[in-house]
Amino acid sequence: MDAARPVTGDPSIARPVLEAEDVARALTRIAHEIVERNGADQIVLLGIPTRGVTLARRIAARIADIENVEVPVGALDVTMYRDDLRLRGVRALEPTDIPAAGIDDLIVVLVDDVLFSGRTVRSALDALSDIGRPKAVQLAVLVDRGHRELPVKADYVGKNIPTSLTETVHVLLDEHDGRDAVLLGPADLKREPAAAPEEVTR
Amino acid sequence: MNRHLLSAGDLSRDDALLVLDTAADMDAALAGRSIKKLPTLRGRTVVNLFFEDSTRTRTSFEVAAKRLSADVINFSAKGSSVSKGESLKDTALTLEAMGSDAVVVRHSASGAPHRLANWIRGSVINAGDGTHEHPTQALLDAYTMRRRTGRVEGLQVAIVGDVLHSRVARSNVLLLYTLGAEVTIVAPPTLLPVGVTAWPCAVSYDLDAVLPKSDVVMMLRVQHERMHGGFFPTTREYSRRYGLDAERMATLPDDAIVMHPGPMNRGVEIAAEVADSVRSTIVEQVANGVSVRMAVLYLLLGGLIDVSGADEVAA
Repeated sequence: MDAARPVTGDPSIARPVLEAEDVARALTRIAHEIVERNGADQIVLLGIPTRGVTLARRIAARIADIENVEVPVGALDVTMYRDDLRLRGVRALEPTDIPAAGIDDLIVVLVDDVLFSGRTVRSALDALSDIGRPKAVQLAVLVDRGHRELPVKADYVGKNIPTSLTETVHVLLDEHDGRDAVLLGPADLKREPAAAPEEVTR
Repeated sequence: MNRHLLSAGDLSRDDALLVLDTAADMDAALAGRSIKKLPTLRGRTVVNLFFEDSTRTRTSFEVAAKRLSADVINFSAKGSSVSKGESLKDTALTLEAMGSDAVVVRHSASGAPHRLANWIRGSVINAGDGTHEHPTQALLDAYTMRRRTGRVEGLQVAIVGDVLHSRVARSNVLLLYTLGAEVTIVAPPTLLPVGVTAWPCAVSYDLDAVLPKSDVVMMLRVQHERMHGGFFPTTREYSRRYGLDAERMATLPDDAIVMHPGPMNRGVEIAAEVADSVRSTIVEQVANGVSVRMAVLYLLLGGLIDVSGADEVAA
């Protein structure tokens, strides 16, 4: 997600670090932790497109199983708030969908697939402040791969994966890729041009 | 996308769809928000260079740029050095020297934005040049059609009226053709431009025959200010044959919509009751104009300004 870093790689030569059942277990645990900390009445899950939205929906489904409460789920596109547009060029926007009840005085749980530099989260915090004033903002990620460039810390982490900067992390989800897994692979030597599709993130 | 937006014909199908999709995402991102502002173009300067009168287009571009946090400088020919005889080129170079990143230009001479694009480094956006083109109007019209009817491809679109003096008609024909709609131009023979047969559309002189099979009817303003000669006997006769009144509107299919780029001559090309009916998208078009222009400004200005292709920062 960051200009200086390789973001693409070849998933076929990457090795799995989380299998489907690990992903499922991690999401179930995150759902429990969210409810344990906040209850389920005042929260709204906002996924960061594209895989963050899918993960947010899955966590909401698990909370519905645990607590019998429908938690509002939305999507928050942060493209317009990024600080690297001028370095990497414009990209197509992703849909934003804020639940009808809004976010004022609710606990917003941002959901993303990989936490890396922290710049995406910073953009999301800026976007949130333009939308309303949540009671609190928390962060859930499936993978924390380290290398933060901003003082950002996740509240709920599926798996900490120590990585080197030259490696790439691929989060595969059934809805997009036909299977659930997290792969760790060597980097491409050269980054795709700015317009490269972001199908395989970070 | 190109660095400039000069003609609707320059847009590939993918470019045009990217603009429409981006506009829809902009709409969704700002819907229901109390702070209708995005920080994306902070520090960029957009100059509105208007040599011709305009309310909606200039304001629309201004609102769009401001919603993206760009700085906007409005420049109108009246009360400027142009009235002292300064040329277009000198005016543009002056504005560029002050650090503008994009120039939105309207000019009474067809082709003025093309000339401008060769002189300055920033992006040039054509906001209407003479009787030639008005690409953002065509984009917002296509966006309105897509929002109302769910598609553009395969739509039967009738563009009716003063095609000769209309930049909206030409841009719409080019863009709608790219997007796969079928356009029929309806006008008296005197109000058709030379060479209209080469346009990618059908031509008809009979409005009543076209209406029953149209999904979209776009009425054009009769541009009295550009008419130096007799193009039709009387306004009343024009209105009788080519105006859209309630009776004619009733012959449209049930879900057809009526569009007008504005400003309207009520009672000439469009009757008041039609303009205010539920089929009319005229007010919607204005609102959509802001979203579409935001999308255009974002796509042209949001990324790398340097055009030398030096995006090697990443590697």
